[in-house]
Amino acid sequence: MNVADAVMLSVSGDRTLPEPAPKPLIEISDVEKIFGGGEIRALSDINIAINECEFFTLLGPSGCGKTTLLRMIAGFEHPSSGNIMLAGKDVLSLPPRARSVNMVFQNYALFPHLSVAQNIAFGLEMLNWSKFEISERVAEVLALVRLESFRSRKPAQLSGGQQQRVALARALAPRPQVLLLDEPLSALDLKLRKEMQFELKQLQRETGVTFVLVTHDQEEALAMSDRLVVMSAGRVQQLGTPQEIYGKPANRFVADFIGEANLIPGGLLGRRRDVTLSIRPERIEIATVSSFVKLYGVLKAATFLGADTLMEIEAGGIVVRARLRGAQMAAPGSEIGLCWPDDAEWELRE
Amino acid sequence: MRKFRPFDWRHNPGFGTFTALTILFLYAPLVVLVVYAFNANRLVTIWSGFSLKWFVQAVNDGNIRLAAETSLIVAGCATVCATTFAIAAALAFERGWNFLGRGIAVGVVMIPLVVPEIVVAVTTLIFFSMLDMRIGMLNLVIAHTVFCIPFAMLPMQGRLRSMGTACEDAARDLYGSEWRIFRRITLPLMAPGIVAGAILAFVSSLDDFLISFMVSGAGSTTLPVYVYGMMRQGVTPEVNAVSTILLLISAGLAVLVFLLSRPSAVSRTAGAPASAVPSS
Ligand SMILES: Nc1ncnc2c1ncn2[C@@H]1O[C@H](COP(=O)(O)OP(=O)(O)O)[C@@H](O)[C@H]1O
Ligand SMILES: [Mg+2]
Repeated sequence: MNVADAVMLSVSGDRTLPEPAPKPLIEISDVEKIFGGGEIRALSDINIAINECEFFTLLGPSGCGKTTLLRMIAGFEHPSSGNIMLAGKDVLSLPPRARSVNMVFQNYALFPHLSVAQNIAFGLEMLNWSKFEISERVAEVLALVRLESFRSRKPAQLSGGQQQRVALARALAPRPQVLLLDEPLSALDLKLRKEMQFELKQLQRETGVTFVLVTHDQEEALAMSDRLVVMSAGRVQQLGTPQEIYGKPANRFVADFIGEANLIPGGLLGRRRDVTLSIRPERIEIATVSSFVKLYGVLKAATFLGADTLMEIEAGGIVVRARLRGAQMAAPGSEIGLCWPDDAEWELRE
Repeated sequence: MRKFRPFDWRHNPGFGTFTALTILFLYAPLVVLVVYAFNANRLVTIWSGFSLKWFVQAVNDGNIRLAAETSLIVAGCATVCATTFAIAAALAFERGWNFLGRGIAVGVVMIPLVVPEIVVAVTTLIFFSMLDMRIGMLNLVIAHTVFCIPFAMLPMQGRLRSMGTACEDAARDLYGSEWRIFRRITLPLMAPGIVAGAILAFVSSLDDFLISFMVSGAGSTTLPVYVYGMMRQGVTPEVNAVSTILLLISAGLAVLVFLLSRPSAVSRTAGAPASAVPSS
C-alpha cells in the first residue's frame, strides 16, 4: 500500500466514522439531598450525565451544593433520594474505596507525615499493587506533574502550587475512571491559578480521564470545561457548553452569574413587556448613524481600563454597561445612542 | 511626644507587682521544699550548709525504693491500660456515629474529673471490699486506670478534632480499608495527642494520694502514701528529698506535654511509618 492510499484510507475512514456517541460515564438522576433532619435542602432535582473523557464543571456561588454533589459521586455523602450510576453500575451501595473515582480535596488533604512519594504510593498500596509496579507508577506520575526532584520531601516543605500537584498526582496514580476536583485552584494566587488552569486542562487531555471540577469562578469554568452546569440554591440552572451558556443563558441568574450582562426590560425597546433581553457589554456600540440607534441614554461614567473603556449609560431607569475598544472621548452627561447587532440580543425566559 | 500604643494589660499600673505576688504565692513553698532538701542539718528549718546526703539516704532506703517501684509499676500499667481505653473512647466520640446517649457516655468517662476525689476513693474501696477483691497491686492498677482515662483522653480528643477528617477521607478515597487507615493515617497523626495523654495519665497516677491511700494494702504502698507515713513521724529532710525527686519528674513530664501540644509539634512528631516506597 502506498502513501497516497494510506492517506485516502485515513481520510475516507475519518469521513465514514460516525462521530462517536458520547457515552455517559456518570449518570445522576433525580438526586436530592436534605441535611439536618429536613431543614437544609442542599440539592433538589439534579439530573446530570457526564460523558467519558470529558472535562465537566460544576459552577455556582458558594453554598449552592457543589461540594455535596461531588462528595456524593465520591461516596462520602448519600443522596436522600435519586440514583447515581458510574459506568452503568449503580454505586449508591458502594463505599468510597469501592468506587474507581479519586478526589483532589479542597485543601489537598495530603498526609503530612508521609513524603511526596509515599503520599502518591498510598492508594496503590491500598490496592495491593506489587512493590515494583508501585515504584514504576510513582515515578511516572511524578514526571507527569514535574515533581521528580521533590519525591522525598514532606508536604510541609512544598509551596501551595507544588502541594496541589502532589494532590493531583496522588489522585491520578491509581488510574481512576473519574477525577473529582473540589475548588483545586482557589488557594493559589492569580498568576499560579492561570498556569494551573492550563496544566489541568493539558493533564486531562493527556490522561483521557474524566475530570469533574467544582468552582465558583465563572472565568475558570468557561476557560477549562468541555461542558458545565450552572447551579444555584441546590438546583441546576443550565447545562451546556461554555459557548451555549455564555451566549444563550437560560435565565436571569445564569445571564448575571456568567460574565457581565445587561438585563434590559423588553418594554424599553418596544417589545413585549414580559420579556427581558440579555446583552453582553462588549457587543454594545455607540451608534454613528441615528437610524441605527436602538436605545438612547445619558452617559454617567466612563472608566478607562487599558484595552477597553467601560461606559455606564443611564437609559429608562436602568444602567446599561458597554465595553468599547480603546479610549473613548464622550463626556459624561452627554446623550448617546446605543446599538448592537441583532444576534447580540438573547431573550430570557423567566 | 508619646507614641500611640495599642492597649496591653501588661502596661496597667500594679500589674507587675500583682504578677510577682501571685508567682511568689504559688511557688515559694516549692522553692523552700527544694532548697531544704539540700540542707545538711537534721532539722528541716535550720540551714547549715549544702549537702546531698538526704538524697543518698532516700535512694538507699529499702522501703522508699520499694514504694517508688510500686508507684512506677502501677503508674506504668495504669498508663498503658488507660491510654488504650482512651484511644478507643476518643475515636468513638470524635469519629464514631453520632449515637444516642453520646453526651451521657462522654459525661460518664469524665466523671473522675468532676467528682471529689474522696468520693471516688471511698466508692472504689467499697467496691473492692464488696467483691472481696484483695489482689494487691492489681487493685491499684485497676483503680488508677479508671481515673486516668479522662486525663489520657482529653488531649487525644483535642488532637482528633483539630486534625479534622480530611486526611482520613482522602485515605478512604484512595481505597484504604478502615483498619489500614487507622494504622497508616489516624494513629500517626494523633500520636502527639496519644503521647501527651499517656504522660498526663502517668503523672496523675504517680501523684495520686487519696485513691492509693484507700486502696493500697500491705506490701503495695505507693510513694506518696509512704511519704505521708514518714511525715507522721515528723518531717525529715529525707521527705524533702523524695518530694523534690517527684516534683522534678512531674514537672519534666508536664513540660514535655506542653511541647507536644504546640501546633508546630505536628509535623515534627508525627512519626512516619517505615518507608513503603523502595527508593530508586
Ligand atoms: N454535613 C452537613 N450538614 C448540614 N448541612 C450541610 C452539610 N454539608 C453541607 N451542608 C449545607 O448544604 C449546602 C451546600 O453546601 P456545599 O455543598 O458545601 O456548597 P458549595 O460547595 O457549593 O459551597 C450549604 O447550605 C451547607 O450549609
Ligand atoms: Mg464547596
